[in-house]
Amino acid sequence: MRESVPHRTGHRPPASGLAAVAALCVVLTACGAEDTEPGDGADSAGALTGELTVFAAASLTDVFTEIAEDFRDRHPDVEVTFNFAGSSELAQQINSGAPADVFAAANTATMEQVVAGEGLDADWAAEHGEDGLVFVTNTLRIAVPPDNPAGIENLADLADDGVQVAFCAEEVPCGAATTAALDASGLDVTPVTYEEDVRAVLTKVELGEVDAGLVYSTDVISSGDRVEGLEFPEAEEAVNDYPIGVLSSSGDSALASAWVEAVTSDEGAAVLRDAGFGTP
Amino acid sequence: MSAATPGRSGPASRGRAPRPKSGRVPWILVVPAVAGVLFLVLPFAGMLVRAPWPTMGARVTDPTVLAALWLSLSTATVATVVSLLLGVPLAWLLARTEFPGRRFVRALVTVPLVIPPVVGGVALLLVLGRNGLVGRYLDAWFGLTLPFTPAAVVIAQVFVAMPFLVISVEGALRGADRRYEEAAATLGADRVTVFTRVTLPMVLPGIGAGAVLCWARALGEFGATITFAGNFPGATQTMPLAVYMAMQRDPEAAIVLSLVLLLVSLVVLATLRERWVNAS
Repeated sequence: MRESVPHRTGHRPPASGLAAVAALCVVLTACGAEDTEPGDGADSAGALTGELTVFAAASLTDVFTEIAEDFRDRHPDVEVTFNFAGSSELAQQINSGAPADVFAAANTATMEQVVAGEGLDADWAAEHGEDGLVFVTNTLRIAVPPDNPAGIENLADLADDGVQVAFCAEEVPCGAATTAALDASGLDVTPVTYEEDVRAVLTKVELGEVDAGLVYSTDVISSGDRVEGLEFPEAEEAVNDYPIGVLSSSGDSALASAWVEAVTSDEGAAVLRDAGFGTP
Repeated sequence: MSAATPGRSGPASRGRAPRPKSGRVPWILVVPAVAGVLFLVLPFAGMLVRAPWPTMGARVTDPTVLAALWLSLSTATVATVVSLLLGVPLAWLLARTEFPGRRFVRALVTVPLVIPPVVGGVALLLVLGRNGLVGRYLDAWFGLTLPFTPAAVVIAQVFVAMPFLVISVEGALRGADRRYEEAAATLGADRVTVFTRVTLPMVLPGIGAGAVLCWARALGEFGATITFAGNFPGATQTMPLAVYMAMQRDPEAAIVLSLVLLLVSLVVLATLRERWVNAS
C-alpha cells in the first residue's frame, strides 16, 4: 500500500499554473497556425469565422470556459456558445434535434447514445474514433476533512469500525464508480449515507460530518483547501472516460474540429490537468 | 379549517356553519374552482396512466419500499407529536400574551416556510452536526451524534413542518372567543387550568387541522432530510428520498413509490377525518 501515501491535491497556487499556460500559448500559437491540416481547418490558417455551439458535461464548465478565452483570442471572428448540463440530459437534447456542433460527455455511455441517435460527423469519426475521442479521465479520490480526524490513509481504512463514510448513491455515475472501486478492492464498506450526487458527498466532508467520502479528483481541486484528497490504487479500476466528438448536425465541421483540437492541444491539456482531470 | 364558534353551543362545539339558503351556485366561483381541482388532480392522473400496473404488486412489497414507508409514517408521526408539544404552547404565547419582540418571534417562526428545505438542512448541520455549534458538545459530553440517524429525520421534519401547526393554532386562538377564558378566570381558575379546560377544547379543531398539515408536510419532507439526515435504506431513507433515488434509475419505480405514498397518506387522512367528525 505504499502507493496510497496521502497525496495532497487540495492546495495549488493557481497563478503559477496560469502563467505556464500563458507561456505555452505564446510559444505554441505559431505552431498551431502551421499545423492546420488541409481540408480540416479553414481555407487559410486562422481565418475561421461563424458560430460554434458546444454541448458539454457540467463538470467541464470551468475548464471549457477557460479554454474558450484562448480560443477566442486566436479566432476573434468565432462566437463560441456553451450549453453545460448533465451529460444524459444533453444527449437527449442533441438526439431531439438541438443545434450543437460539438458534444463532450462525462462518460462513454452518454456519447454512445448520441452516436446511436444524432450521430457524429462521418469524416471526423473516421479519423478520430467512431465513439468519439476520449480526451480526459476523472478518477475517484478519498476526500477527508483537512485535519483528517479518523487518520484515513487508504481505502481499507474506510472499512474500520467507527469510521463514518459518505458515498454517492449507486443510481448516479459517481456511485457506480464507487461500487467498481470497492469491487476491485474486495472491501466491504458500509457508509452512513448514500448521497444524491458527488457535490453532496463533498459538502458532508467539508462540514466534517463524515470522516471520509469518495469524490472525483476534480471535486477535490475545486473545493480548495476545505478537503484533502487521497489517491488510492483501486481508483484505477473505476476511471471515468470523457469523450468528445463533432456532431453530424454541425453546420461547420471545420470550426467544430478546431474546437476539439483546442481542447486536445497542449494548452488545453494543461488547463484540464490543472483542474484535476487525468490524461487518457 | 375554521375555529370553533363557541358563542352558539359552548366550547365543545364543532363549529359547523348552518346550511346556506339554497340558490343558484354562482358561476364566477364554480369555474375557477373546477379549474383549481383539475390543476391539482391532473398530475396525479398522469402518474396513474404511466404507472406500470402489471408489476405493481411485486414492486410494492419490496422490503426496501416497506422499510421506507414504515420509516416515513413513524417519523412523520413522531415529528407531529413533537410539534404539538412545542408548537401549541408557542402558538398560545404568540396569541395570548404580550412580550417585547413578539412580532419578531412570529416572523422567525415562519422562516422555515420561506427558506428552501435544503438550506434548512445545512443550517441544522451547522448547529446540530458533529462539528456544529451545539452538536459538538452533544458529541463530546454524551457521545451523541445526530446526523444519519432516524432522530435526525424527525428533527428535519419538525423544523420544516412545525410552523404549519403554529400558524394554524395561533389563528384558531385568535378567532376563539376570549370571554370564556375570562369567565373561567373570574371564577377562580388559574391560567394553566383555563388553558387545559377551556382554551384547549375550544381550539381543538384548529389544533387538529394544524396537526394534519404538519403531518402531511413532514411525510413529504425531502430537502432538509437528505441534507441533514443523509440517505441510508432502513435508517434515514424515507419515501420521498426513495422516490428521488428511484427516479435516477427507473422512473416507473419512482411512480410506483409515489402512488404508494399518496395512497397511504390519503387513507390515513381520510380515516382521521372520519374519526374526528364522528367523535364529536
